[in-house]
Amino acid sequence: MARQSGDVIVDLRNISLRFGGVKALTDISFDVREHEIRSIIGPNGAGKSSMLNVINGVYHPQEGQIHFRGQLRRRMEPHHAAEQGIARTFQNIALFRGMTVLDNIMTGRALKMRCNFLQHALYWGAAQREEVAHRLKVEEIIEFLEIQSIRKTPVGRLPYGLQKRVELARALAAEPHILLLDEPMAGMNVEEKQDMCRFILDVNDHYGTTIVLIEHDMGVVMDISDRVVVLDYGRKIGDGLPDEVKNDPDVIRAYLGGAH
Amino acid sequence: MATTRAVAVDVASLDTFPRLLMEHARQRPQRPAMREKEYGIWQTYTWADVAARVRALASGLAELGFKRGDRLAVVGDNRPRLYWSVAACQCLGGIPVMMYQDAVAQEMAYVMLDADIRFASVEDQEQVDKLLEIEADLPNLERVIYDDPRGLRHYSQPFLHGMDEVLEMGRIHDEYHPDFLDKELDKGSPEDIAVMLYTSGTTGQPKGVCQSHAAFIAAAQGGCAFDSLGETEDILSYLPMAWVGDHLFSYAQALVAGFTINCPESAETVMNDLREIGPTYYFAPPRVFENLLTQVMIRMEDASRPKRALFGYFMDVARRCGADILDGKPVSATDRLRYALGKLLIYGPLKNVLGLSRIRVAYTAGAAIGPDLFRFYRSIGINLKQLYGQTETCAYVCLQPDGNIKFDSVGTPAPQVEVKLADNGEILVRGPMLLKAYYKRPEATAEAINAEGYFMTGDAGVFDSDGHLKIIDRAKDVGRLNGGGMFAPNYIENKLKFFPYVKEAVCFGNGREHVTAFINIDLEAVGNWAERRGLAYAGYTDLAGQAAVYELVKDCVEQVNVDLAGDAAMGDAQVRRFLILHKELDADDGELTRTRKVRRNFIAEKYAVLVDALYAGKTSQYIETQVSYEDGRSNMVAAELRIEDAQTFPPQARKAA
Repeated sequence: MARQSGDVIVDLRNISLRFGGVKALTDISFDVREHEIRSIIGPNGAGKSSMLNVINGVYHPQEGQIHFRGQLRRRMEPHHAAEQGIARTFQNIALFRGMTVLDNIMTGRALKMRCNFLQHALYWGAAQREEVAHRLKVEEIIEFLEIQSIRKTPVGRLPYGLQKRVELARALAAEPHILLLDEPMAGMNVEEKQDMCRFILDVNDHYGTTIVLIEHDMGVVMDISDRVVVLDYGRKIGDGLPDEVKNDPDVIRAYLGGAH
Repeated sequence: MATTRAVAVDVASLDTFPRLLMEHARQRPQRPAMREKEYGIWQTYTWADVAARVRALASGLAELGFKRGDRLAVVGDNRPRLYWSVAACQCLGGIPVMMYQDAVAQEMAYVMLDADIRFASVEDQEQVDKLLEIEADLPNLERVIYDDPRGLRHYSQPFLHGMDEVLEMGRIHDEYHPDFLDKELDKGSPEDIAVMLYTSGTTGQPKGVCQSHAAFIAAAQGGCAFDSLGETEDILSYLPMAWVGDHLFSYAQALVAGFTINCPESAETVMNDLREIGPTYYFAPPRVFENLLTQVMIRMEDASRPKRALFGYFMDVARRCGADILDGKPVSATDRLRYALGKLLIYGPLKNVLGLSRIRVAYTAGAAIGPDLFRFYRSIGINLKQLYGQTETCAYVCLQPDGNIKFDSVGTPAPQVEVKLADNGEILVRGPMLLKAYYKRPEATAEAINAEGYFMTGDAGVFDSDGHLKIIDRAKDVGRLNGGGMFAPNYIENKLKFFPYVKEAVCFGNGREHVTAFINIDLEAVGNWAERRGLAYAGYTDLAGQAAVYELVKDCVEQVNVDLAGDAAMGDAQVRRFLILHKELDADDGELTRTRKVRRNFIAEKYAVLVDALYAGKTSQYIETQVSYEDGRSNMVAAELRIEDAQTFPPQARKAA
């Protein structure tokens, strides 16, 4: 595979996150390099989703530093993350169910629209030109993810696997540098999983997007990841190439329950 | 436009496809030749655009080393650029070899080797991957050109070329050698092989059918004149390019008449695209019409009671007089009024929903169509007609003339075609549209064409008193029951398949006491039916085994039996016993051909246990079957299949003629 990982783009140093007395994350450090597929794995409750939420500014860790493109990041809100090119999908699908696929994906472009509310309401001149340009981008994504046939279908009527794909499309519409995917394959059948894997690899390859992925399906993780970080009870217990992680005794213990 | 008229040549006198293309580009440069949906919007290529691109592509192919007589494999969905590849190849005197895009790598290897392919023009990564998989076994393959570069950026094989690259190469070549292509065009002869189409292989290995420019042009001209097709027609090209029907309608006839072909966005969007384009000229195998009707019926069953009543009433009106009105036969004034009201309330909106509002002529072929299905479309005012032909005859033997339709016939012999029947009922044809030869198979060619130059179709048929041809079955499939009654399996299967609940049927009976059948239920239709009754099921196998579903299918079988009892020749061939198969018949398992015809003998062998059980009078039978999935994995499906008896009816006394 010709995909090249580049410089460190996100560097997390000694992150600890508490909710009252509950320690969600304890002293976690790892980095994400440009253009790589970085997976976070771990048993239920290991703190994987919290980790993603820290990266895109939903949670603010009590201790530790986050360096983004070499710069220390201060307290950040989710919309700042979006402006800096971080997009995400959610474990539980968060789409507008009554809106069509096309409209849902268009919302992913909202940050890039420059016209004001009044201009859009009148839909004339600059607003119209802007919408046409954004629609072109959205159509590219629709073709890329092969969802042409459901373009005008309300999202609520789609099967689960396709909704996940629409969510990915919306995240892509923001043209992100970093894409955070929270269990993109949960609840899918084998064929849907294969499709999703192919799309994730295609996105990474075609747009050069850095991808941080949470996934439970080990086969999938080991197949598509460049590097894997393993969490257990809020601590990091492994980090490295898929093969290294797979054979790490600590990781095996966490997953299989103390066989060693 | 005086200038164009001055140089205009009679298109009918042009004798090769490249010459036709260049002439259209001169006569109607700005008319749309092709449309393709890109970024959600229909993009148009005019005849001038197409000619320029075909020119560039041909020059590019020549630059890559493509020579006169070389064969170019064309594999993919209906994309304008693949149609250009066909034309570009013909410009250079090459032979396009059309291949099915859903064939697995091994099937592709067979054709690639058989046709000695050096060059291939393919749609996308999927097809490239398949070729790479078998590349080691294809010593002759030199260049592969792909249309869609997606996912292929990192493929470093030196023999892979993007079509944009080849087009650019060709433009430069054309600039430096401006008269090269015209000279190549001049070298073309109408007797050159224009295309190779492979038979579906219902019997044995697929054979490459070589058709000349003259043959396809004759077939296309005959068809266009017969239905007065002109440059304003719109056709939706969605059937496999490797199928003779698509080559005739979307390529040959479009180039003869100069009409517009529209390529759907993807296989899943065909229904939407059909509605958006609203073709005036439409071609579909019976199963597509069947699916359309099934969908309508499913939605009607879910509709509210008043709507269902309205639909039912006007469908009765249509059944009574719709077809006669379409044929211009006398119909009473009150019926005309009722029909007009129905058109306003039901037929018009229904046609609109189906995307068939603008249809002037629609054809179906490829398999016999159930008379009831056929009647349905005609009765709501769609001029659906049948034609009859095969790959070897450019799909051009019989056509139904406007206003003179018989539901159970395929019409009268087309212009320039001679049809006669052999003693055993086999249909023999002769005319300009016959194949030149099977590629590299002189003995097969000699077997197929008899001493008088008639092609032996292998179909059994009869002419009625008005000269309409009626196809009964494959000549070799028509058998006898032990009691002496005629057994035409296709005929019965088609009757069964008209029911929306029945997707496929396979009948047995030759050399047996009575007729039995395997049934495949239609998962969508029966699933919907089960849902409305609150029946829970866990997939096809489970649903197929349920007692209520058996009752439903039994009802269908018995209705067919009533029908057969009323048929003079077929009264003995009523279905006594049947079972519902535990898996859907699939081309990947070899049970259907790629054009989805059942391979009866293969099925009889594969499921011999079931056939024996049907005739042994058992009430159930255990079976395990391997199924293969599209990704190449396979799995076992096991089930205890129940076998049911169906009621039969005394055949009606044969009427004295």
